[in-house]
Amino acid sequence: MTTATHVVADSVTMTRRTLLHMLRYPALSVFGIGVPVIALLLLVFVFGGTLGAGLPGVDAGGGREAYLAYVIPGLLVLTVAGSAGTTATMVAMDMKEGIVARFRSMAISRAAVLNGHVLGNTVTQVIAVAIVLGVAVLIGFRPTATPLEWLAAIGLIVLVIVAIVWLGVAMGTAATSVESASNVPLLLVLLPMLGSGFVPTASMPGPLRVFAEWQPFTPIIEAIRSLLLGTPMGANGWLALGWCAVIAGAGYLWALALYNRKSVTG
Amino acid sequence: MTAAIKTVGLRKAYGKKTVLDGVDLTVPAGSVFALLGPNGAGKTTIVNILSTLLVPDSGTAEVDGHDVVTDADGVRGAIGLTGQFAAVDGLLSGQENLALMARLRHLPPTAAAERVQGLLDQFELQDAARKPLATYSGGMKRRLDLAMTLVGDPRVIFLDEPTTGLDPRSRHTMWQIIRDLVAGGTTIFLTTQYLDEADELADRVAVLDQGRIVAEGTPEELKKLVPGGHIRLQFPDTASLDAAAGLLGETSRDEDALTLEVPSDGGVGSLRAVLDRLDEASLTVDDLSIHTPDLDDVFFALTGSDTKENAS
Repeated sequence: MTTATHVVADSVTMTRRTLLHMLRYPALSVFGIGVPVIALLLLVFVFGGTLGAGLPGVDAGGGREAYLAYVIPGLLVLTVAGSAGTTATMVAMDMKEGIVARFRSMAISRAAVLNGHVLGNTVTQVIAVAIVLGVAVLIGFRPTATPLEWLAAIGLIVLVIVAIVWLGVAMGTAATSVESASNVPLLLVLLPMLGSGFVPTASMPGPLRVFAEWQPFTPIIEAIRSLLLGTPMGANGWLALGWCAVIAGAGYLWALALYNRKSVTG
Repeated sequence: MTAAIKTVGLRKAYGKKTVLDGVDLTVPAGSVFALLGPNGAGKTTIVNILSTLLVPDSGTAEVDGHDVVTDADGVRGAIGLTGQFAAVDGLLSGQENLALMARLRHLPPTAAAERVQGLLDQFELQDAARKPLATYSGGMKRRLDLAMTLVGDPRVIFLDEPTTGLDPRSRHTMWQIIRDLVAGGTTIFLTTQYLDEADELADRVAVLDQGRIVAEGTPEELKKLVPGGHIRLQFPDTASLDAAAGLLGETSRDEDALTLEVPSDGGVGSLRAVLDRLDEASLTVDDLSIHTPDLDDVFFALTGSDTKENAS
């Protein structure tokens, strides 16, 4: 019989399994950390001087430094958005393995297998974001946040990670092949760019600007920016929390429904 | 004797294709039951329904007293499944795979460690315990798979074509392991397309063809269903063939090969009787062979399939 304590114990067991997979097959995780770090260096040192000079209220000379500060919240969110792809790929690979059929025939909580993927990927994403943030600080990023604001920012980032990872788990469960699982979530990576992550939305043409201002990543990026750098918060905090709840909830329900419905072949 | 598995009128269709067309089975506790059938007969579908991976369209199935649909968790707690494809975690080592199962079966840590070591010994996987599964042979993976099934000491074990694709030595190792399990009182539900395997291991055999059970019984009972036991005698010339045919009565003869087939139960007594009569008539026999019906004959007679090459 499945009891509440078993759900927790089984989820912990499955999380250990996911983390062990990442240690054994580190290519995906390394890719997930390496790409944002390279993007950060490119954006700051190659494009930063020019892009930063175009930000409102920045002198021509201080462009690179100003852009480093501007781009970090967007880049952190981009790092997290990219994790949907690695999560979906890992889940799709796992669903093909015979061991998942075995799990289904055992008296363990249905949700435990998916919980394991979510928790395992959340842990690695927290590490990935910490590394990107660390590199940013190394090259001169100086947030103005108080300890409380830091805590709020970290809390919000973890929420975003959980939401995106659940979405990735659902996409991986839905995918018919590992290839499609690794491709579909790439669209998510575009979203922070079509928002306020890399340039202010005010600089975009009409319809794009409307989209950029109303899509979920913009309030999330703005809320992180406000917490780390003291820009005005407005309604972004609540909007960000709301979007996280919606994405996580939708991903959770979608993933669980798919996992329960999908029967083994044969 | 209580039934470990009981199904009544099990049906399953995928779209218009009917896979199971009313299957009734009863497997007594502590016995080995073999479900025999050609590829595509519906064997795996039955295993998947009994192991709660699939829901039947209609009919009922009980495993260890639990209904597979309304009390799936009850069934899951009682069974172990070793499927057709190795249900192992390819990124973990053998020992980690077993430890994973022990944790999911909620064994206390000390008991879990002992169980894992015990199974590694029993299945001769101790040397490869810490190696990644990529280095395992097919037979080793299958042994690990079965060991993982046994971690929770299930009362009913499903083995879906456990030796398909194994070399003869690994096959015999597998058979020995299965025999040991039976000795311990476990109920085993086995599917196979190998007739010798069913003959070797099973207490009862059911033949599944196109979604229906076409025969069921002990291997001995099934063999009696088909004629085929005979003594085949070859004579040096047509004259002695004719003489023998007259002497032995009801026989089937082959003029070209100069042979007679005399119905027989294959026992020494009936063989001696035939030879004595030929001896009295001073007829010479060039060659003699005894044919007893085997499950092959039953299988082909019942399923009307010509999959002899696949099956042997």
